[in-house]
Amino acid sequence: MPDQSPISSVNDFVVRFANVNGSGSASANELFARSILRHGVPVSPRNIFPSNIQGLPTWYEVRVTEAGHLGARGGVDLMVAMNPQTWDKDVASIEPGGYLFYDSTKPMPSSKFRSDITVIGVPLTAITNSTYTDPRQRQLFKNIIYLGALCALLDLDPKLVEQLIGEQYKGKEKLLSSNVHALHLGRDWALQNLKCPIGLQVKKSDKVGDRIFMEGNSAAALGAVYGGATVCAWYPITPSSSVAEAFTSHCKKLRHDPETGKAKYAIVQGEDELASIGIVIGASWNGARAFTATSGPGISLMTEFIGLSYFAEIPAVIMNIQRAGPSTGMPTRTQQCDIIACAYASHGDTKHVLLFPEDPAEAFEFAAQSFDLAERLQTTIFVMLDLDIGMNHRLCRPLKWDDARQYDRGKVMTAAMLDEPGRDFGRYLDVDGDGIPYRTYPGTHPIKGSFFTRGTSRDRYARYSEEGAIYADNMQRLVRKFETAQDMVPRPLQANAAKPTKYGVIYFGSTSPAMDEAIGLLEARGHQLDRLRIRAFPFHSSVASFIADHDFVYVVEQNRDAQLRQLIVNENGIDPVRLVPILHYDGTPITARFIANAIGDHQDHLKVTPLRKAVS
Amino acid sequence: MTYIAKPKFHHPGLKKNELGYTHRDYEGKISTLCAGCGHDSITASIIEACYELSIEPHRVAKISGIGCSSKTPDYFLGNSHGFNSVHGRMPSVLTGANLANRDLIYLGVSGDGDSASIGFGQFAHSIRRGVNMTYIVENNGVYGLTKGQFSATADRGSKSKKGVMNTDNAIDLVAIALQLGASFVARSFSGDKSQLVPLIAAAIRHKGAAFIDVISPCIAFNNHAGSTKSFDYVREHNDAVNRLDVLTGRDPITVEYAPGTVQVVEQHDGTRLALRKIDADYDANDRLAAMTFLQKHAAKGQVVTGLLYVDPDAEDLHAHLETVETPLNKLEAKDLCPGSAALEKINASLR
Repeated sequence: MPDQSPISSVNDFVVRFANVNGSGSASANELFARSILRHGVPVSPRNIFPSNIQGLPTWYEVRVTEAGHLGARGGVDLMVAMNPQTWDKDVASIEPGGYLFYDSTKPMPSSKFRSDITVIGVPLTAITNSTYTDPRQRQLFKNIIYLGALCALLDLDPKLVEQLIGEQYKGKEKLLSSNVHALHLGRDWALQNLKCPIGLQVKKSDKVGDRIFMEGNSAAALGAVYGGATVCAWYPITPSSSVAEAFTSHCKKLRHDPETGKAKYAIVQGEDELASIGIVIGASWNGARAFTATSGPGISLMTEFIGLSYFAEIPAVIMNIQRAGPSTGMPTRTQQCDIIACAYASHGDTKHVLLFPEDPAEAFEFAAQSFDLAERLQTTIFVMLDLDIGMNHRLCRPLKWDDARQYDRGKVMTAAMLDEPGRDFGRYLDVDGDGIPYRTYPGTHPIKGSFFTRGTSRDRYARYSEEGAIYADNMQRLVRKFETAQDMVPRPLQANAAKPTKYGVIYFGSTSPAMDEAIGLLEARGHQLDRLRIRAFPFHSSVASFIADHDFVYVVEQNRDAQLRQLIVNENGIDPVRLVPILHYDGTPITARFIANAIGDHQDHLKVTPLRKAVS
Repeated sequence: MTYIAKPKFHHPGLKKNELGYTHRDYEGKISTLCAGCGHDSITASIIEACYELSIEPHRVAKISGIGCSSKTPDYFLGNSHGFNSVHGRMPSVLTGANLANRDLIYLGVSGDGDSASIGFGQFAHSIRRGVNMTYIVENNGVYGLTKGQFSATADRGSKSKKGVMNTDNAIDLVAIALQLGASFVARSFSGDKSQLVPLIAAAIRHKGAAFIDVISPCIAFNNHAGSTKSFDYVREHNDAVNRLDVLTGRDPITVEYAPGTVQVVEQHDGTRLALRKIDADYDANDRLAAMTFLQKHAAKGQVVTGLLYVDPDAEDLHAHLETVETPLNKLEAKDLCPGSAALEKINASLR
């Protein structure tokens, strides 16, 4: 018996699987997460993986959370330790009173264990070796066998797991029955030899509702399909590759002409990021909706073209799935570290529109909307995901599409419009006062509406000019256009504390679930905070007024240099003292515990009298 | 990039082509390049080729990179959309434009700095993808706009205007294009319009990646003794393997050729290319032989010109991607958006 009483918790714990990369564990682990969802209990899984294909350590963490806290929690209650390489670190990471599940085929010295945890040994290798002869089968079914054992230990309903396996191997009866067999092999062994269930248990609930379980990259790619993207050019880079790959698979299902079988899209794997953005700009110049997906290093390479898009006013959509930089940084770890790099990408005076989705549902919506914005504003739109949203399955509200919705193709002059009497076409002429000029597609009219696109300065009629006044006139119009953008992009969402407070917090993107949970933890410590979730740059006027309404505003972000805070200070002329940075940047997803501790400690340091004490 | 618009009036008796356009309808603004620049002759040849083919001027998209050559699209086809993009990146911009609308004619204009140095990769990859385009490199061996630095096509041993010897090996874009699978490869000389015009016309009518390397002497920085890209040098060393006549429509072949000296190649769109052989052994349908021939003659200091290779059955990128016949930029929401019912099914599969 452990010298610490074992953790006892229903529907609220963290299981971490420690595996070896390339061992086929991913699908078994995902099956585990999905089967808990089928119990009506929300889960939040995360891949923690190395920049490697085979042989290095990889972890899969499942937070079981009836309360629906989808951010990372931190700490491990049950460690499924399948990787001898990381054993010591894995065992050390278990919470006191937690559980260790391991393959007990080979005896381990007692020094390898801890006295304050419950150790659960299952001879997985012995069971698989006595059942299977093929080495590959041994490896794959070992994963399903431990899943079976976990079913017994956590009191999962095996029927729900079987049902999932059935859906996965629909039409492949042989695989189906062998997987179900392996599942029961593990479950039966555990039931016969171990005390089941343990203190951590899953009980059926109804907290999942109609929510879906999806990766942000796939959702963003689906948003591009719904948003009418026809050209995708990309270059492989972690963690963004799965955007283009998902776009390819969505298009194969949704975008072929039913009669001819021909593709209503074109996907090109470019030779590099420069070519990818070049293809996007060429296609958009010619009237197609086009996008690329990349990550930090790719953004660096694209910056010359991004400046061209800004100055020559050509639509482009770039999905940036952020990872830790600089340089190659940590390709498989998450951060929100390209805010400044994207907001001001390229040489000269440039500013770009950024969208910050919080989860796959918003990634879908913002990706679809980004094409309307790019064509309306005739500039580059960045959809800023990160690895945490992009490459993990996240429980989110179902995707929605209004069939009455029309694409906003922006200001495009047609041949008929050019022929209207008195019509004056100037490619860079601000006819409506919103800074947005009309454009024409190549090939529109035999004698009217053509123009020469260039990155060098030109007058309102696209005629080359190096006149200072003409250059400045154009640059001022671009500022006007950026002001117009402010009211087109998704607005910030504000949620006020239960009681009036002088303190606020600003956050964005994947920090969202951890922030929501942290608010509860802070309330318990007696700290009340109003919240503002920024969803786009340029900032809506409500950002400045939110800051004005509070004495201090915390800005929570996942980078070292407080990039969003810098952008707010710079763009809104805010006194930096009023914005307190809360920064998490070790490559792991930010947690509620981290936020609550950092803000709580700061509040304590301010010698704020918690409201609760003041009242009592 | 000129300050001066060309006057629009013209002689009322100017000849018109099949579509009723005169030569003037294919012109652009007045060139701002140096007087005598080879590039202006290429501009004139492009105008001539488009006039002769009776192309609707606005159905051409002119795309270039950065440099003297890349300025030239402003000087021809004034009613076409042009795009003076980023240094070395014309091929990617053109590829994207072509994907968006397969119905236009794509004319990529680049230089040796643009295509053999900074944009060497993009040159290579657009060729290997088989983008349907006419890719013209106006090759003068120097950087003109930055005043005379060697480019990567300058021959080893050639001298700069200041007398500096180039010690780096030259990149032969024609050899590379052949190796990468370009389905139409030619070399010409800006000083030989009678050779160049039909080559441009044939390239425009070719469905696939058509590449033309045009030696185009830089009058300001590379036209001196010791240069291998000067007017005098190229005239002396020009080794034309064939002369070309482009026959469009159903016109019968009226030109008289001596028997056995003409090879007629029919392209996809019905254009026939009548190749008058100058070098009896040269076969423009044999990629491998063309590569060998080029290497042998280059070693002797000769500049091989003419239609060097053509594959009349070439396919383009759209064929490889199996895209719909309707240009992608003409597809509307009803063609592209799967709608809410399909989304409900997707939602259901994610639970």
